[in-house]
Amino acid sequence: MVDLVAEVNYFQATWLLIVKSLIIFALIFAIVPVLTVVERKVLGRFQHRYGPNRIGPFGLMQPLADALKLIGKEHYRPANAVGLLWALGPMLVVFSGVATLAILPFGDVEDGIGLYGIDVSIGVLYFFAFSSFSFYGLLIGGWASGSKYSFLGAMRSAAQLISYEISMALALLGVVMMAGSLSLTSIVNAQNEIWYIVPQVIGFIIFMVAGFAEASRVPFDLPEADAEIVAGYQTEYGGMRFGSFMLAEYIEMFVISGIAVTFFLGGWQGPGPPVLDPVWFIVKTIALVFFFFWIRATLPRLRYDQLMSLGWKVMLPLATLNVLVTAILVVVT
Amino acid sequence: MSEEFPYLEDQSVVEVQRGPEPGGAGGAYRAFGETLRGLKTTFARIVEGPVTIQYPEEKTPVYPRFRGRHKLHRFEDTGLEKCVGCSLCAAACPADCIRVVAKENDPENRISAGERHAEIYEINLSRCIFCGYCEVACPFDAITMGHEYEMADYNRSDLIFTKEMLLAEPLERTPLRREGE
Repeated sequence: MVDLVAEVNYFQATWLLIVKSLIIFALIFAIVPVLTVVERKVLGRFQHRYGPNRIGPFGLMQPLADALKLIGKEHYRPANAVGLLWALGPMLVVFSGVATLAILPFGDVEDGIGLYGIDVSIGVLYFFAFSSFSFYGLLIGGWASGSKYSFLGAMRSAAQLISYEISMALALLGVVMMAGSLSLTSIVNAQNEIWYIVPQVIGFIIFMVAGFAEASRVPFDLPEADAEIVAGYQTEYGGMRFGSFMLAEYIEMFVISGIAVTFFLGGWQGPGPPVLDPVWFIVKTIALVFFFFWIRATLPRLRYDQLMSLGWKVMLPLATLNVLVTAILVVVT
Repeated sequence: MSEEFPYLEDQSVVEVQRGPEPGGAGGAYRAFGETLRGLKTTFARIVEGPVTIQYPEEKTPVYPRFRGRHKLHRFEDTGLEKCVGCSLCAAACPADCIRVVAKENDPENRISAGERHAEIYEINLSRCIFCGYCEVACPFDAITMGHEYEMADYNRSDLIFTKEMLLAEPLERTPLRREGE
């Protein structure tokens, strides 16, 4: 019989998996709304402003107010939108973002419980599958909106995806070769001696740049370039459907930071007892998310041909070279 | 030419400063060096801290000669009103927002220091343009422009300020600029 399900490294009871998934869900849906308000506050500080500080202590209740407002909005649908697909778009985006959370390792196996959703032997492929899957949501949603701006945004996101995903995969390939495994926990455990950011610094830079493009964040936010195409694929969306796109964007940012931490910054490793492992993971991830905000405050949006030529003419050769050199070094040593 | 543009004294063409050419080492420098420089620039803004004045709680100080809401004055020693109802302010007002009705002073019960006093003195602040001509026209310094600028209201009729309102000491809620600020 052909085994269609991916091999799982550490088997656990089903009820435990359900509890773990609930905990991860609760954790992420506590972190992500805070990220939205923190982004606005940090961005404000970068511009000599305070940012939102009116609702609740330090303005931390702002996401609650935003969510309430979005939920209360009318479900408006453009007349020439393709109904079912139009509603499916935001769902797919959120689904693919949340699905990737399952493999983020918050810690090692402790007392028989792995501090992650599931440890599949093809972790990297799982991540790529779902991060590309989110573009189907954008593409379907943008196309089904029946608006030229949405369509342009959707096309841009598709073109952006294919130019950056290859270099992203190649950037991680160096780490995979050094660790000799696709499973995220083994990759973290392989960084006991030295974090992979040191030998794989070029890979890290390429991964981060491609990650910015993957999460369609500034300076690669061309799919939603508001100066040119209104809001890109989300132009026709309102209410919580628009909110879902926003939520997915932040989840994706968290996921990409989490993957970067896992592959290059030693994952959960840090000083202190093993209990602190998830804390270290989250602290490192938030630090990288802060870097996303920092870049957003610094760099302007690229022109479309610049985005393409950067992806194909700079990143891809650089990533290939990195993989080649790593391969030679791995074989020699 | 050199007198007009002293900085062009010894060169007829100003050299344009250009960044490194794209590609190669220059391109790498542009991509990473300049990005790092940009990151440093933006982070310095965080270190400087916000410059926002949180308006309802904090207020921008006004200059001493700021022209805000009008004030009518009394003599400090006798307590009599300075206004003698001459209507010069009303005549000077370009927006025609001041109404003065004068009345003879009762010798038993004097209201102003002059022969007459203002029985009705109204300023329609919804028409006032805060030009300060009334202040200039007044021969007795009876009307001056104050520092108050928060005068929004829900009704137009509430913006017609009577003599009593103008004479009353306004709530001191506008900070004044300090020396050298």
